Amino acid sequence: MYAIEANKVSKNYFSEKSGKFAGLGNPIVRNNTGSKSLSDDKAAGVSFEVHEGEIFGIIGPDGAGKTTLFRILTTLLLADSGNATVNGFDIVKDYRAIRKCIGYMPGRFSLYQDLTVEENLNFFATVFNTTVAENYDLIKDIYQQIEPFKKRRAGKLSGGMKQKLALSCALIHKPTVLFLDEPTTGVDPVSRKEFWGILKNLKKQGITILVSTPYMDEASLCDRIALIQNGNFLKIDTPPNIINQYEKKLWAVQSQNMSQLLKDLRNNAQTMNCFAFGDAHHIGISNSQYKENELRSYLEARNHKSIEIRIIAPSVEDCFMELSQK
Amino acid sequence: MENVIVAKNLTKRFGHFTAVDNISFEVKRGEIFGFLGANGAGKTTAMRMLCGLSKQTEGIATVAGYDIHRETEFVKKNIGYMSQKFSLYDDLKVWENIELFAGIYGMNDKAIRSNTDLLMQELNFENERNALVGSLPLGFKQKLAFSVAIFHKPQVVFLDEPTGGVDPITRRMFWEMIYKAAENGITVFVTTHYMDEAEYCHRVSIMVDGRIEALDSPANLKSKYQAANMDEVFQKLARKSQRTE
Repeated sequence: MYAIEANKVSKNYFSEKSGKFAGLGNPIVRNNTGSKSLSDDKAAGVSFEVHEGEIFGIIGPDGAGKTTLFRILTTLLLADSGNATVNGFDIVKDYRAIRKCIGYMPGRFSLYQDLTVEENLNFFATVFNTTVAENYDLIKDIYQQIEPFKKRRAGKLSGGMKQKLALSCALIHKPTVLFLDEPTTGVDPVSRKEFWGILKNLKKQGITILVSTPYMDEASLCDRIALIQNGNFLKIDTPPNIINQYEKKLWAVQSQNMSQLLKDLRNNAQTMNCFAFGDAHHIGISNSQYKENELRSYLEARNHKSIEIRIIAPSVEDCFMELSQK
Repeated sequence: MENVIVAKNLTKRFGHFTAVDNISFEVKRGEIFGFLGANGAGKTTAMRMLCGLSKQTEGIATVAGYDIHRETEFVKKNIGYMSQKFSLYDDLKVWENIELFAGIYGMNDKAIRSNTDLLMQELNFENERNALVGSLPLGFKQKLAFSVAIFHKPQVVFLDEPTGGVDPITRRMFWEMIYKAAENGITVFVTTHYMDEAEYCHRVSIMVDGRIEALDSPANLKSKYQAANMDEVFQKLARKSQRTE
């Protein structure tokens, strides 16, 4: 049995304000007159399975449909079409059973700001008909870090502490599947790393985790990922497999004048795409015959100094950009 | 080159808590200055002081040549501001947003009109002029928000996590706009949680517990801390934090 199984799930909203469809799983098509309508494509919708004990990442930018997917799977929103199960329970018929066995941490901090840390935790334990003492083992490592502030109101906590409290509350009834919607958005790189360490420990205890993030560098910390944009999955696979499927040659190029380098690389007829990537520019080359020294002389002819060209393996971010341009 | 931001011993205390602790630095005209730090390190407090929104407890600073304490209104006139959280009004049209912000900055109607035409051409936005901002794709919105933030030709633009949650291609296009603005002499003061973006800055400061722990070019910081990239530099420095919040 899969921990989560979704089959052609879709949900679309028509926003009066923007005059557009947005949501999950249905491609929006533009007809000849320029007006927009939903695609009739019966195959539309997103489908995926999450194995028990897996960390599965939904990776994509704002507005891609991540939160809509989370709300549907946590039984808070009805899908337009398709069906899904969590722990074998149907998200519509068996919503009560699902709510008992999942933990959900929404993207927006949604604990009671005017209750203290301790009161929030007790409240959520009580709602699930359990006690903090009963499942303390599971949250101990996380909760201990905020325990010195247990008399403080949740609204007065820093971002990092709020995040730990929200996770503690989502875990207090010992869920088997944990839904984390953008737990690390706006969080600094040190705290993000720490948070992923916590997730690894939860995985060891057998908890299945569905987690969404806009940070592509977090993809490699998941067992499998789905890349999502504009309501549709671009690809589902393990991070190494996604990287192996990258079709072009990829070079990292540096020179003394990085801003001119970007322009010159883009003007090169062999360049498929070129983007800044930290301290180097990544350039995708589809012509396998094109050699490194040919690029070097091309750049030397344009007065670039200290040219460095390295063949590199793509990152998930390279793959995402490649797939989203198709 | 001339300094556009000068901070000397800038300090902000809330009661017993020292949010910004004696920071000093300069930013040059046309420089892209990355202002990094962990959550709670004091970045926002420091930025609010530099924008004239919060009074320092101690120290002095000038922005665009004006004292942030005594000449607050002149500071505000000469800066632009943009963040991911707030930039434009969704339920106003593109041209209405431009007119609103330009008007607030005291530009006259004639200048607003001619510069709007110019901007629409530059951005290839002529067909979107009458569209509600809420209907624009995120990438368009970002571009427009940045253009509006520098529409009144400020000397400095403050960007507070301008690219959070944005897709990778849009994020990079956005940085290309930042480069262009800097080449036109606008000083860019930017915070980000993306460490690859730290590499795009001319210089980067890293705040830890209210103090500036390091300040240099990305290349120098990497060699000083023997790190392969800025993420490693950040991890090494920010882990020293003693603050519990």
